[in-house]
Amino acid sequence: MTYEILFLIYIFVISIFLGVELISRVPPLLHTPLMSGSNAISGITIVGSLVAAGAGHGFLSTTLGTVAIVFATINVVGGYLVTDRMLKMFKRAPSQQNQGGRS
Amino acid sequence: MKELIPLNILLLWSAYLVAAIFFVLGLKWLSSASTARRGNSISALGMLIAIIATLWLGGIVEWQYILIGFIVGGSVGLFLSLRVQMTQMPQMVGLLNGFGGGASVLVAYSEYEFFVHALSTDMATNAGVLVSTGISWLIGSVTFSGSVIAAAKLHEIMDGAPILYRFQKQLNAILLLSIFVLIGFFVQDPTNQFIPAAIVVLSLLLGVTSVIPIGGADMPVVISLLNSYSGMAATATGFVLNNPMLIIAGTLVGASGIILTKIMCDAMNRSLANVLFAGVGAEVVQQGKVEERTVVRYTPDDAAMILEGASSVIIVPGYGLAVAQAQHVLHELELSLVARGIRVRYAVHPVAGRMPGHMNVLLAEANVSYDLLLEMDQINDDFKDTDVAFVVGANDVVNPGARTKKDSPLYGMPILNVDYAQTVMVLKRSLKPGFAGEDNELFYEKNTMMVFGDAKATVTKLVSLLKK
Repeated sequence: MTYEILFLIYIFVISIFLGVELISRVPPLLHTPLMSGSNAISGITIVGSLVAAGAGHGFLSTTLGTVAIVFATINVVGGYLVTDRMLKMFKRAPSQQNQGGRS
Repeated sequence: MKELIPLNILLLWSAYLVAAIFFVLGLKWLSSASTARRGNSISALGMLIAIIATLWLGGIVEWQYILIGFIVGGSVGLFLSLRVQMTQMPQMVGLLNGFGGGASVLVAYSEYEFFVHALSTDMATNAGVLVSTGISWLIGSVTFSGSVIAAAKLHEIMDGAPILYRFQKQLNAILLLSIFVLIGFFVQDPTNQFIPAAIVVLSLLLGVTSVIPIGGADMPVVISLLNSYSGMAATATGFVLNNPMLIIAGTLVGASGIILTKIMCDAMNRSLANVLFAGVGAEVVQQGKVEERTVVRYTPDDAAMILEGASSVIIVPGYGLAVAQAQHVLHELELSLVARGIRVRYAVHPVAGRMPGHMNVLLAEANVSYDLLLEMDQINDDFKDTDVAFVVGANDVVNPGARTKKDSPLYGMPILNVDYAQTVMVLKRSLKPGFAGEDNELFYEKNTMMVFGDAKATVTKLVSLLKK
């Protein structure tokens, strides 16, 4: 095993703990935007597809990379926009509601 | 390892670190409705930084294909996000997820095409990269095909009933095993082009065969699980490309998916294995007619009279609300009750709807203030002190049989205690059983008022009756 892989594994393990901590603090109220928002983050693979399509690695590589970019861009753009659309809707009314019930 | 890093690479990795930090902040700020939108924005900014840094410093020499990819993908993404209705959000998330999985497979393939000609002589390093590539192919393909099937079932292009076949578990196990064996062969002989193709094809098949036996109403669990797979695919790609940012982002997403999956399984009191393999939802077809017990049918006028005299109401929304598109008139009902000095709150069961948090989004769309949207644990004790429990389109989550009927598939599932309220109103189209195929004892209790009809029509009638 190389040092490189060892360090990557360190990062991987710490990320698991970090992920658990962060996600467990998201209330059920926001679970749908959590799903669409985290889905958008998984589009980070776009970074790999940019290199694949743009680094001049040959015809097959470039073609596959371009299709990957299309897919990943749909994932990212669609994901972030849809999440924003949902989160815009969550509003809290100023507390004017009569909490006590009728007399 | 001791070599100095060239400046442009250092800059690139610094940008990646900023992106990773922004993803973390994005998820952190999702912990409250007041900061959530900001969280999504900073996460998007992180993505933008990662993309720009890669374009500038990542060794890009050809720009035309990237541009084409952005334009096509961006237009499709934009179009979908503007057109999708909130009730269609589950299939939308499923589909986007599938695209992400597909991208992972293609990236891993493209990388393979490049590095297969330049493999290192060190067997150990080779093995790591090759196994990660193989795993990327497996996870990405399963995510892609599984997501497409899940989205089709949710969008009802495909029948929601589980498609069961004999030896289902064995077939999936064999497929999975074969794929692992193939990955083993791949490590031995990376130049054989047939093996990668076989891995992808079998993985795509596995995605289909594992999702079609699952019923439409269990799709929320499947989508969460696939969501986590797409994160894991990104992590695997991160190991292939030696990119810690991919690993961090992918792992955060993977964790998110798994946690949501677990929350939902707990809320249904079913194990994940039961959801994935037990073919729940097929029994509805086999059960035959539900015995015709008599139920008293009330009219909206009856319901309006009771509501007028109430001082507290808890509304319980379910998937039927989404189907009837009645969330907007329901909000009007809430407002007219509040105008009479009645206390109104909403009780949202964790698996109500077709996706975790689905009901909340629908009600937010209808302008319901989010502090009225309460979770089961927060509100379940209040039903006994409430005058009216108003159930719209929810069925299994309010079935008291789950507490006591040991032979019921619902047994042990936590439910909302609507039957403890003084009066329960149930708005339903007919007496057809819910997803679990179980008759609901709630309908036959003395303090339950069944109001049959389309939810939207009924609620609209109630609103106009209450106006007088």
